[in-house]
Amino acid sequence: MKEYFPFFRNYRKALILAPTLVIIDVFCEIVQPKLMSKIVDLGVSQKNMSYVLHTGGIMVALSLLAIAANVGNIYYSSHASVGFAAELRKGMFNKIQKLSVSNIESLSSASLVTRLTNDVNILQEVIMMSLRLMIRAPLMLLFAVVIAININAGLASIIAIAIPVLAVIIYYILRRGLPFFEKVQRKLDKVNATIQENLVNVRVVKSFVREDFEKKKFGFSNNELREISVKASGTVVLILPVMQLVMNISIVAIVWFGGNKIISGTFQVGQLMSFITYITQILMSLMMLSMTLMTLARAAASSERILEVLNAKVDIFDSPSAIEKNLTVKLGKVEFENVFFKYHSDGSEYVLKNISFTILPGETVALIGATGSAKTTLVQLIPRLYEVSKGRVLIDGTDVRDYTMQNLRKNVKLVLQQNELFSGTIKQNLKWGNPEASEEEIVTAAKDSQAHDFIESFPKQYETVLGQSGVNISGGQKQRLCIARAILRKPSILILDDSTSAVDTTTEAKIRESFNGHLKDTTKIIIAQRISSILSADKIILLDNGEIIGTGTHTELMINNPVYQEIYNSQLLQKENEL
Amino acid sequence: MTNPTTSSGKLTLSGLPGRRARIAVEKPKNSKQVIFRLWKYLIREKSLLFFIVILLLINTGATLAGSYLLRPIINNYILPHNTPGLIRMILLLLSIYIVGSLAAIWQNRMMISVAQKTVSIIRSDLFSKLQTLPLKFFDSNNHGDLMSRFTNDVDNVSDSLNTCILQLFTSTITLTGIFTLMVYISPMLTVVTLFIVPFMLLVASRIIKKSKSFFTSQQVSLGIVNGYAEEMIRGQKVVKLFCYEEIVSADFEKINYELRNKATKAQYYSGVMMPVIQNLNTINFALTATVGGLLAIFRGLDLGGLAAFLQYSKQFGRPVNEISSQYNTLQSALAGAERIFQIMDEIPEIPDIPAAVSLTDVKGDVSFNSVTFGYDAGKVILNNISFGAKAGQKIALVGSTGAGKTTIINLLPRFYDIQSGQITIDGLEIQKIQRISLRRSMAMVLQDTHLFTASVMENIRYGRLEATDNEVIDASTLAGAHSFIQRLPKGYQTILRNDGDNLSQGQRQLLNIARATVAKPPILILDEATSSIDTRTEQIIQKGMDQLMQGRTSFVIAHRLSTVRNADEILVLENGEIVERGSHEVLLKQKGHYYQLYAGQFD
Repeated sequence: MKEYFPFFRNYRKALILAPTLVIIDVFCEIVQPKLMSKIVDLGVSQKNMSYVLHTGGIMVALSLLAIAANVGNIYYSSHASVGFAAELRKGMFNKIQKLSVSNIESLSSASLVTRLTNDVNILQEVIMMSLRLMIRAPLMLLFAVVIAININAGLASIIAIAIPVLAVIIYYILRRGLPFFEKVQRKLDKVNATIQENLVNVRVVKSFVREDFEKKKFGFSNNELREISVKASGTVVLILPVMQLVMNISIVAIVWFGGNKIISGTFQVGQLMSFITYITQILMSLMMLSMTLMTLARAAASSERILEVLNAKVDIFDSPSAIEKNLTVKLGKVEFENVFFKYHSDGSEYVLKNISFTILPGETVALIGATGSAKTTLVQLIPRLYEVSKGRVLIDGTDVRDYTMQNLRKNVKLVLQQNELFSGTIKQNLKWGNPEASEEEIVTAAKDSQAHDFIESFPKQYETVLGQSGVNISGGQKQRLCIARAILRKPSILILDDSTSAVDTTTEAKIRESFNGHLKDTTKIIIAQRISSILSADKIILLDNGEIIGTGTHTELMINNPVYQEIYNSQLLQKENEL
Repeated sequence: MTNPTTSSGKLTLSGLPGRRARIAVEKPKNSKQVIFRLWKYLIREKSLLFFIVILLLINTGATLAGSYLLRPIINNYILPHNTPGLIRMILLLLSIYIVGSLAAIWQNRMMISVAQKTVSIIRSDLFSKLQTLPLKFFDSNNHGDLMSRFTNDVDNVSDSLNTCILQLFTSTITLTGIFTLMVYISPMLTVVTLFIVPFMLLVASRIIKKSKSFFTSQQVSLGIVNGYAEEMIRGQKVVKLFCYEEIVSADFEKINYELRNKATKAQYYSGVMMPVIQNLNTINFALTATVGGLLAIFRGLDLGGLAAFLQYSKQFGRPVNEISSQYNTLQSALAGAERIFQIMDEIPEIPDIPAAVSLTDVKGDVSFNSVTFGYDAGKVILNNISFGAKAGQKIALVGSTGAGKTTIINLLPRFYDIQSGQITIDGLEIQKIQRISLRRSMAMVLQDTHLFTASVMENIRYGRLEATDNEVIDASTLAGAHSFIQRLPKGYQTILRNDGDNLSQGQRQLLNIARATVAKPPILILDEATSSIDTRTEQIIQKGMDQLMQGRTSFVIAHRLSTVRNADEILVLENGEIVERGSHEVLLKQKGHYYQLYAGQFD
């Protein structure tokens, strides 16, 4: 709970005023029946017209006051609850920015979005509701009980029976019903997942004509959801009729006992009337209270999901000494010292095993190896997207952990294999590389990555709007934009993870050429499948199953590394045969 | 005098703020039509609905009768000290209440089962509909938005079916009942009571109007926040690599506060209605008490009648209040239903012509004759494409990115329909072939590799559902996936999650190839199927691939020319036109585009 306090900070006034106004409202409402009975008992029976008008006037005035109090309450509680939600969202979003990639992977990015919107919304509603009902219901209950006892303590003992009976019934129904709602949520997730996969795989589904298979799969999870929903709602929905029954039985009991008292002359008809009014009030308040409690109980699940984000332990952060030293990457020398890595600390096998090598500033190094040999994993350690499990990664002789992430990543640019563009114009996307870049710099970077020509061919050129993840351009065009974005601010180290796989060879060669010109001093680490990208490298590192099985220049490896020869031959032999 | 809880039984879950973030949305454009269509869904459960209405009448009748009985009990039995009569009446009252409550329980349970059934049918119809829509639809619609129709919108409908309809119905009946009793007791006081109703309606309609427009803008704002968060969390690696955390946070803060401002207004207006109407009703109560008091003084209205009337007038407000608060829920449900029906009204893939034939024993002769195509009618992507593939031939498509290679192969299974020209299989125009049998005759390995949440075995078997385990293993051996699958924790039974996120890009491609292999189709389409597979692995699977393509007509798109060189014909595409064609040797000698592409790989 106390984790939430900071998010209320700006709304203290509203938090106090909203419940206070509810108290005024309750007061205004609770005295109305009393005033009404005075009109009847004193005004009408004594034919006192001015008393009737006077009391009626007070009643109207109180109602107007209640309106004002209610409007005020809703005003402040909506400010407090919505404001809280906004601050909470901001806090969560900022926290998510601090989380490491593996943090985010373990929470799942889709779920993070749901937590940020849906779960926060549920808390917002609960607060809005609590600021009104959590005060109102107990207060009404209290007033009504006091007045009922005041009218006739003996009859009031019916309340003493009815309330525990109700409490037990509500408790059992909720205890039975609430677990179902958690299951509903889980089944709903499953339905969602089926839909999402169907959407992503639409071409696969269509090409294999699996529409009926998909419908069956969906029908299965849809049915599960329906069954559990019926159980959940079917249980909780019992509360209301059962409460109504208990309430009505109490009224019957009051009529019976009260009627007998009237017959024996110890009770008045008017008293019986108002007693019924107040006992109804009591039970209504109880009902409100139980509804509020139920909503609160269900919001607890959302709160847990939110706190999981807020309390997540960030596993990659700037050390105090790194902040103090404030070192920047200048030369671009990269060293791996006996690096071991696995994604999950409890994983059995290391993904990278005892990796050591040195790359000098300005060198071009190629990283090759079979599918699944951990090339992508290796390069992600350099900008510290993941943290080594053992050993050290050094840049310019300093451990990457001794740089602030900002200083490190500013000069180490990694172009990912699965590249991401964001919705917005091409220019906005390129500017990620350097928010202050001039038009000229943007065009130069686009030219260097061979993106300029196709950008110019679009009607709106650099102002062309890209859809989410750049759906409206081809794979090769996307890759070239990602490269342009990375080289916009000349980095000390540039890492390309299979970033030209969808680019044709001629264009790729042109990109390499421009790198040799404008990025001469930049250390370049390239993962590629094509031998052409490897040939010109100063050094080639050969990976297999997470281990280095060969390092050297092309010529050296051709002499002493059979695996490299095999790779080389797999591509080159064909060519020699043909030419 | 009466039981003032008449409508308390209808104070259900939805009388309180919803269990989920239920957000009222814009008013549907054509409410009547939407209601009619929803009704058509509901009416499928005719007999259950009939029972529900009967139970509902019993319940409401019992409540009203119970309230009404209190008056004769007091007047005729308690006051005259008639104890045996009182016992009889008490027992009657008790049984009326019990019958009413039992009816309420059954009515609620039945309604939930009807509502959930209806909702699940709607969901399932929606999903089935989705399966029939053309790719164009999926290209132009946001996945997040489509999914939200399945969840948020269907939920809105479900919530309102669960409670709203019943409540509106009962409230209306109760209102009528109370009104009748009020007129019966004192027509004059009834006029006084009705005096304030127009005010209530006026206030309600003004507030609803306001809150609706604020809800709409809140909804838009929420969509923006949701979309932005989704994009930035998905692209988190890029955000980190470019040190964009602070800029992103600042942008988020802006749209987040925008949402706060709109949501505050929406919450305020929607929240304020119920208490204000309640208070207006109290004013009504006060006025009735005053006027009633005066009437009792000057016109001799009896005290019992006044008391009863006052109770009724107190009760009168509740159904009015409920109807108006349900109105908001109903609006958002109708808006949700409209979004659902929008999808249901989408135009599906053009149906097969009546004379369409089913392909049997496909040989695999494929030809394109002067095919012209554009995704949007105005913009030509492919221009006058003609080529032929004889059964068993391998056709390679090469060319720079954006040249139209993927587009060509998308036309073969009729993912998109051509604007002019002709595509034939075994001499039959594809428009004259049943779509199912057309697609069954080919297997595709696509550029984007996606996997299902299921075991490796099931993922591969997706290519042919009746394939045996051994056939699956044979196919993955042929595709070169067998060795890495064996190294997975549970081998073929390893469950892949989150689109196979623990696999490398190359491994995913191998699984996709295995899936196509197990399908054993006459025609095979490979779109950059091996782009992320290293050349050595590719060489290892090459033999398998050759074996796979043996006797099958295959279409191959690849940048890697090792994949392409043994094709029977290579088509070189540039800007949507075939600029060169021929075998590898012939094209090399031409020293044109192909030569340049090819030479580039080793320079």
